[in-house]
Amino acid sequence: MKIKPLQIVAHIILIIGVLLMVLPIWISFASSTHENVSILTEGMRFTLGDQFSRNYNEVLNEKGGWSEEVTAAKMFINSFIMALGIATLKVAISAMSAYALVYYRFKLAVPIFWLIFITLLVPLEVRIFPSYKIVSDLGLTNSYTGLILPLVASATATFFFRQFYKTIPDELLESAKLDGANAWSFFIDFLVPLSKTMIAAMFIFMFVYGYSQYLWPLIMTTAEEYWTVVMGMKIIYTESYEGVALPRTAERFAYIILSMIPPVLVVVFLQKWFIKGLIQTEK
Amino acid sequence: MSFLDLKNVTKIYPNGTKAVHETSLSISEGEFMVFVGPSGCGKSTLLRMVAGLEDITEGDINLDGQLINEVDPSERDVAMVFQNYALYPHMNVYNNLAYGLKNRGIDKETIEQKVNDAAKLLQISDFLQRKPSMLSGGQRQRVAMGRAIVRNPKIFLFDEPLSNLDAKLRIQMRLEIKKLQQKVGVTSIFVTHDQVEAMTLADRLAVINNGIIEQLGTPIEIYNNPESLFVAGFIGSPQMNFLDANLNNKTLSAENFEIKNIDSDYNGEVTLGIRPEHLIESENGLINLKVELVEQLGSDNLVYGQIKNIKDFCYRSPGNQIIKKGDTLSLNIEENKYYIFDKSTGKRVN
Ligand SMILES: Nc1ncnc2c1ncn2[C@@H]1O[C@H](COP(=O)(O)OP(=O)(O)O)[C@@H](O)[C@H]1O
Ligand SMILES: [Mg+2]
Repeated sequence: MKIKPLQIVAHIILIIGVLLMVLPIWISFASSTHENVSILTEGMRFTLGDQFSRNYNEVLNEKGGWSEEVTAAKMFINSFIMALGIATLKVAISAMSAYALVYYRFKLAVPIFWLIFITLLVPLEVRIFPSYKIVSDLGLTNSYTGLILPLVASATATFFFRQFYKTIPDELLESAKLDGANAWSFFIDFLVPLSKTMIAAMFIFMFVYGYSQYLWPLIMTTAEEYWTVVMGMKIIYTESYEGVALPRTAERFAYIILSMIPPVLVVVFLQKWFIKGLIQTEK
Repeated sequence: MSFLDLKNVTKIYPNGTKAVHETSLSISEGEFMVFVGPSGCGKSTLLRMVAGLEDITEGDINLDGQLINEVDPSERDVAMVFQNYALYPHMNVYNNLAYGLKNRGIDKETIEQKVNDAAKLLQISDFLQRKPSMLSGGQRQRVAMGRAIVRNPKIFLFDEPLSNLDAKLRIQMRLEIKKLQQKVGVTSIFVTHDQVEAMTLADRLAVINNGIIEQLGTPIEIYNNPESLFVAGFIGSPQMNFLDANLNNKTLSAENFEIKNIDSDYNGEVTLGIRPEHLIESENGLINLKVELVEQLGSDNLVYGQIKNIKDFCYRSPGNQIIKKGDTLSLNIEENKYYIFDKSTGKRVN
């Protein structure tokens, strides 16, 4: 096979892209296997060190917080639950509201859609005080419900589902109706399976969004048992080394690497759906 | 009351388009009715009102003794085959057929039996596990039919189901649909803009124009006795020839010939219609046709030519005859095989 110059250029660009994506992660991982001090003195590493088990053990099992109650493992689980709840509900709610907007031909559908769309301009950070007030009035501070609930509406996902549903030919609905499908069974038997690629994609985006929340859990939780990953970064703070307080840099890298695992798992798990949807053009 | 009864049915779309005007029609059980008409004449709208996919603006539709104006499509027990088939893309053929039965709460074994029976009837048993995207046009067509048959509905509705197929397959499926309908015996309404399809399939034909049924009857009745200029021009292939003429005291005078003793008391401007197949060559014929083009179909020839100022006049001659461009043919009209229409209203007058 002859290799064209253009192909070589293309591959070089792709390889550069891959390196740009992978190198930071590799450096973080390599650095996380060295001693804290050596990162400070010698900078970040490209090679593996010998402190892997010590650093990771320390990070996973160390009790943090003021009352020394919460471990990193617990925080990963908290974040995982929060992200899972947010992603699941966001996808479910926006798919259903898009369904209502597209298939129930009432006059206010378009204004309501734009109203939903405008909420993109009001992210949680902007409405954080009213949100906090409501959640605390409902007595939901320090609970998973409180962490999840204010974040479950999604204008973006509603928008994407709406655009997708609009591409589904009317005959499909009509045909299903004549086959005795009601509104609910059309949604479950048709729209959900037809949009599963989209559901997988939305789920991943929303999971990562939920997982990386910082401000909301910070305000919402006073009990350490509800701390989340991003908040937890600060429990791995300093250590005393020969009488001086030094930052525990290598362990922080270990924490970062560990915190990446849950979203990676979600992506790996949903990837099958993704690829299936890309190969089979069924619509 | 017959099986399906439409009484003064009118459809006005929200944007003001009046698609169907006060249409009344009765279809008896087991009958194969065809709606035929040009694109946009309202035939789909009429069909969709029977299905319940469009609201009825005015009038009543009765199916099997029940007023169904307000009955939800899912409750009407009608099945429809769409132009693009509307198969369920994410379900395999088996589930496409089974879906309607599942929704009716029929048990698994019965469903399996019914699906297999329908599949056998339509020769799609080998594809039951395939998705629609892995089927050819003709196979999809069969699946769409199977989905209708398997439910054993009160009525089949077809909305131009053959127009996405190539010519050969269309003729084959046309035949199969007719055979199938005779075998299953379900009352059917078939919508098409293709008059050949309409003629070959129909027990009875409704020729629709501008939202009105222009004529209703068996294909042969309509072919032999078109009641209006529109029907005359629409049914029959090649199309009927039309000539301007005058009718006075039972004598018809066209540009260069006359016909006497016409059976009509109408006086005034008319349109004379002659079918290409109702002309015969004879010495000293009424019409002299200057041949411009001959289409040889094998079984017969379509001869196009000019009579004085009238262009594209068509004559169908036997296939064994050799006719060349530039010949002049002398033609007569077969005994009483002409149609005279009031020029202003288009109504038949003879
Ligand atoms: N949803 C609709 N809204 C407004 N006008 C429509 C709609 N559907 C069809 N029409 C109009 O109604 C008339 C009849 O349409 P249709 O029944 O689809 O015709 P056909 O099936 O005979 O081609 C056409 O003039 C068409 O433009
Ligand atoms: Mg139509």
